[in-house]
Amino acid sequence: MPLRKSELEPGQTFSAVLVEDLKRTQLVQYAGASGDYNPLHTDEIFATQVAGYPSVFAHGMLTMGMTGRLVTDLVGVGRLRSFGGRFTSQVFPGDDLTATASVDEIRHDNAVTIVALSLRTANQDGREVFTGYATARIDL
Amino acid sequence: MAVDRFPVEAGHILMFARSIGDPNPIYADAEFAGNSEVGAIPAPPTFVQASAQFDDEYPLRPRIGRSWFGSGREPTGVKREPDANRGGGGGGMGRGLHAEQHYTYHRTPVAGDVLSATTFEGERWEKEGKRAGKLVFSETITEYRDANGELVVTARSVGVRTEKAVER
Repeated sequence: MPLRKSELEPGQTFSAVLVEDLKRTQLVQYAGASGDYNPLHTDEIFATQVAGYPSVFAHGMLTMGMTGRLVTDLVGVGRLRSFGGRFTSQVFPGDDLTATASVDEIRHDNAVTIVALSLRTANQDGREVFTGYATARIDL
Repeated sequence: MAVDRFPVEAGHILMFARSIGDPNPIYADAEFAGNSEVGAIPAPPTFVQASAQFDDEYPLRPRIGRSWFGSGREPTGVKREPDANRGGGGGGMGRGLHAEQHYTYHRTPVAGDVLSATTFEGERWEKEGKRAGKLVFSETITEYRDANGELVVTARSVGVRTEKAVER
């Protein structure tokens, strides 16, 4: 069930494990679904020998898409007003990712109640890979 | 990028939700979704990115009869002269990364929508990076509209071109 205003207060945090031991196959799966076939994400030979990376790495949008799941699990699908952020480090196969959402504020926009969340996704070493925000309509 | 016709389809949403590891039945079960507040299978928050599938000129999709920069017989499928200014092989290939993405939702896209997308160039700026040399950022704004011309999602994307591979 989506969270309601009565259950939320600024400073609260919610966390979810997004993926454990990220597989190259999931990068292929995301490439196929999104249409972004940049070989940096799926072609180990290109990524290492041409581009000079230690291996293929995840699409930033895969990390953001996985992070979005924490948000829609909290507020419900179809309630987002905004969602955005920055990709601050690369995500590699084998990574474990955990996302945390913090309640910044609950405000009223005309007759609508809006929750503003800060988002942070980090890998198994605690290194931040995505930092962002979301706002969503919530029930009282 | 301009996309004349981006049909939002249930099967595509299901594949996309699977790819981001989201098991929410709202993306898979039309009856469940129909009984939800949304009333139809909704697109996950980042789904509009998949409009690339319907962009005829999208550069990151291989096409028959055109050269492709992924590995084949050679590590890069594209034969090109080394570019002293960019360093590394493949010229500009493999140096473009996604730095930021922002969405504003005017409503939630649902299966059955037929969207179109228009893109505008935004600002450009440069910065000296600690881990990847000189960074050139460029911003693009994409407006997704429905069949009635109503704005559904506004997307702002920031891409970065790095001088060299990003150090870990």
